[in-house]
Amino acid sequence: MNALNRLLTGAALGFAVAVTAVPAVVAETPPNMLVIAHRIDDLTSMDPAESFEIAASDALRNMYGKLVNLDPEDLSAGYSPDLAESWEVSEDGRTITFTMREGITFHSGNPVRAEDAEFSLRRAILMDKTPAFILKQFGFTPENVEETIKAEGNKLSITTDKRYATSFVLNCLTATIGSIVDKELVMANEVDGDFGNTWLKTNSGGSGAYKLQSWKPNESISLQANPDFYKGAPAMERVIVRHVVESASQRLLLERGDVDVARNLNPEDIAGASSAEGVVIEDELRGRLMYMALNQKHPELSKPEVRQAFKYLVDYAGMQNSFLKGQYTTHQNFLPKTYLGAVDENPFSLDIEKAKALLEEAGVGEMELEIGVREAQERIEIAQAFQNSAAQVGIKINITVGTSKQILARYRARELDVYVGAWGPDYPDPHTNAGTFAYNPDNSDEANATGLLAWRNGWDTGGLTEMVDAAVVEGDREKRAQMYRDIQAQFRETSPFIVMFQLTEQIGRQENVSGLSLGGPITNAAYWTVTK
Amino acid sequence: MADAPVTTERRSTAPLFSWAKPIVFTLGSVAVTMLGLLFVTFIIGRVMPIDPVLAVLGERASQEAYDATYKAMGLDQPLLVQFFYYLTDVLRGDFGMSILNARPVSEDIARVFPATLELATIGIIIGVVLGVPLGVVAAVKRGSWIDQIARVVALVGYSMPIFWLGLMGLLVFYGILGWVGGPGRLDIFYEDIVPARTGMILVDSAIAGDWSVFRNAFSHIVLPASLLGYYSLAYISRMTRSFMLEQLSAEYVTTARVKGMSEWAVIWVHVFKNIRVQLITVIALSYANLLEGSVLTEIIFSWPGIGSYITTSLLSADMNAVLGGTVVVGLVFIVLNVFSDLLYRVFDPRSK
Repeated sequence: MNALNRLLTGAALGFAVAVTAVPAVVAETPPNMLVIAHRIDDLTSMDPAESFEIAASDALRNMYGKLVNLDPEDLSAGYSPDLAESWEVSEDGRTITFTMREGITFHSGNPVRAEDAEFSLRRAILMDKTPAFILKQFGFTPENVEETIKAEGNKLSITTDKRYATSFVLNCLTATIGSIVDKELVMANEVDGDFGNTWLKTNSGGSGAYKLQSWKPNESISLQANPDFYKGAPAMERVIVRHVVESASQRLLLERGDVDVARNLNPEDIAGASSAEGVVIEDELRGRLMYMALNQKHPELSKPEVRQAFKYLVDYAGMQNSFLKGQYTTHQNFLPKTYLGAVDENPFSLDIEKAKALLEEAGVGEMELEIGVREAQERIEIAQAFQNSAAQVGIKINITVGTSKQILARYRARELDVYVGAWGPDYPDPHTNAGTFAYNPDNSDEANATGLLAWRNGWDTGGLTEMVDAAVVEGDREKRAQMYRDIQAQFRETSPFIVMFQLTEQIGRQENVSGLSLGGPITNAAYWTVTK
Repeated sequence: MADAPVTTERRSTAPLFSWAKPIVFTLGSVAVTMLGLLFVTFIIGRVMPIDPVLAVLGERASQEAYDATYKAMGLDQPLLVQFFYYLTDVLRGDFGMSILNARPVSEDIARVFPATLELATIGIIIGVVLGVPLGVVAAVKRGSWIDQIARVVALVGYSMPIFWLGLMGLLVFYGILGWVGGPGRLDIFYEDIVPARTGMILVDSAIAGDWSVFRNAFSHIVLPASLLGYYSLAYISRMTRSFMLEQLSAEYVTTARVKGMSEWAVIWVHVFKNIRVQLITVIALSYANLLEGSVLTEIIFSWPGIGSYITTSLLSADMNAVLGGTVVVGLVFIVLNVFSDLLYRVFDPRSK
């Protein structure tokens, strides 16, 4: 058996030597490279006319220019000129004419022309992918785009179906779908009349600070700096976003210096990483809201007193200070903070006695309800906290946990009694949320307006729909802001929505990384401002 | 005499038929198994309470867009018709497009499967190289300290969550000691340097002769492969010990010892030879399990393998991808089974 012992010892020693012979990994990323650990498994397409996910929007913001855009270094200033250097609004308020900036080129070397802008906006309408609704709400249709979106020389004019607030139109053009693509390049890669969609899913044809080098699904996104970017060559010559699912793995990579930024750290890892040498934790307010919705097709939930009572059954402060600590702050309005017309009024707090009194007033005794929630830890915990409060007033809550697709399908079919979910704005204008939380022109089942949250909950908004319609065409910025404040005041009291929290994203970064803007509540990440 | 040519013909075709029969039978059973696998997976995928249309369109989709996409995806057709179309596509080698990233599923699988193959192969090598001798020694020295160690190793391997062990491994060997690479297959500086010929970075870098990439890839694979190898080792060593104990109590072993054979010869020439066939099954099953993809290991180590690919696809209702991945995993099982059968024929004279 000596031979066996020798064999075992040899194998063990050999393995140990093999392991220890491997040199330690490099403990710092290169000074001209930004490496980000992020979950990017939601990414489905790199075509700006099609993409509608966070990970892709971050990348696309850095790859494409738009007519107007938000300045990552001064987000509060709102939209500002980008590929269009100026614009004029016609007297009837329906036509906006943009003058294109001269001397800008796409990554391919082709010049950026009004014709490219015309092609890009028309293409988005004609392709009619999910985000097309952002432009279609101005009355653009496949049939009329040749008349309503027109280039002439270095000017592009767009004509809406009626007068809208200019700020509304321009804010929508800062969304990803407003990206200007390289017409010559894209059409050279067109297949079967797809407007180059298949090609653009995995390639880029923009004029932004970065061009797409590679996208490996569920692995990484690699961006290469555009040295001819009109705002100046980015300091980071390469940006790599690595798909790392596990928070603990992201933290280890950050602490070892193998990534510069970790974007999906959970509260435990945030606490742990905050004491690591050279690591800085940053908070950034985001636009995502956590809310609970009461189905108004349920006879008891449709009573105004019951809606009010439920708003007093949520332990906002308790949740914010426990399992949501650092990640969500209490916010009870449908416009995220920093949006035009946003308010910071949070009148509700946990008050069991008040809820009891309101339920008695409504004549509601014991009842049993189903809450639908997708399998996300914080949402399940919110549902459980509510279940606990509701039990104190004689309401039995059954929690149904499912995949997002399972729960969402039932929510859209108006089948759930109560839904716990999240909502993020689609574009940086108050109408993005007003137009779904407080807008429902036809509450009938036949309307099938599954895109509207108010419809999904069977809520006839009681006049708010008309107020939303009025606000979206108001030209005076301050008047418009006040209109949204008024809508939200009424919404807080009457709606079946219990808006609870606004997301705060906590990231870990190396202390030598500066200038990274994740876009705040209103837009996406910008990498070209980063320095080390 | 008139019958002679007929007799000759019968004599010449009979051996050919007997040679072809097992092949035809094997291929037939593989085809039937694959068809069954495809059918069951397809039906499960279609009746699952998840909505592939919403997976494509997202939460904001209007009803009109939903209806149009529903039809475009062929979901308005009867299930059997959908399956028939799918089957004819698969027979042409077309698994369809991923409904999420709109890439051909076959391309995705060609990208993720080599990552799993590379990891699983190193894992099984570790499991076999360490597990088999450990099991043999534990059986031969039953009750000794080495037997106790083998039992503890097996027990820990069975009871310790791989998730926890993986994280601890990363923390110690990557986070604290810095001996190995972190999550991912390569450090970013080494990505896309060597051309992807096989998709297995160790092999590709060796072919390219780029040993710096090879070393870096090895530093990344060594920890997850050791982890998987450990779990295989636990199973293989336990089974080896059990097979050996059964044989060691047999009379032919006593006879061999009485004849004065060395202990080495008794164990390796006689006893081990007799457990090879059983071990082949155990090793093939372990390897197949590893090739199926260890989802948790792949998640912790950010390893883009087939396990996490199928899981992510399933959670995203990307049924083309799930079906494609399932077919590949099914094929792996079938191929390993066929391979085991062939080895049986080589090692077990009775099967001849």
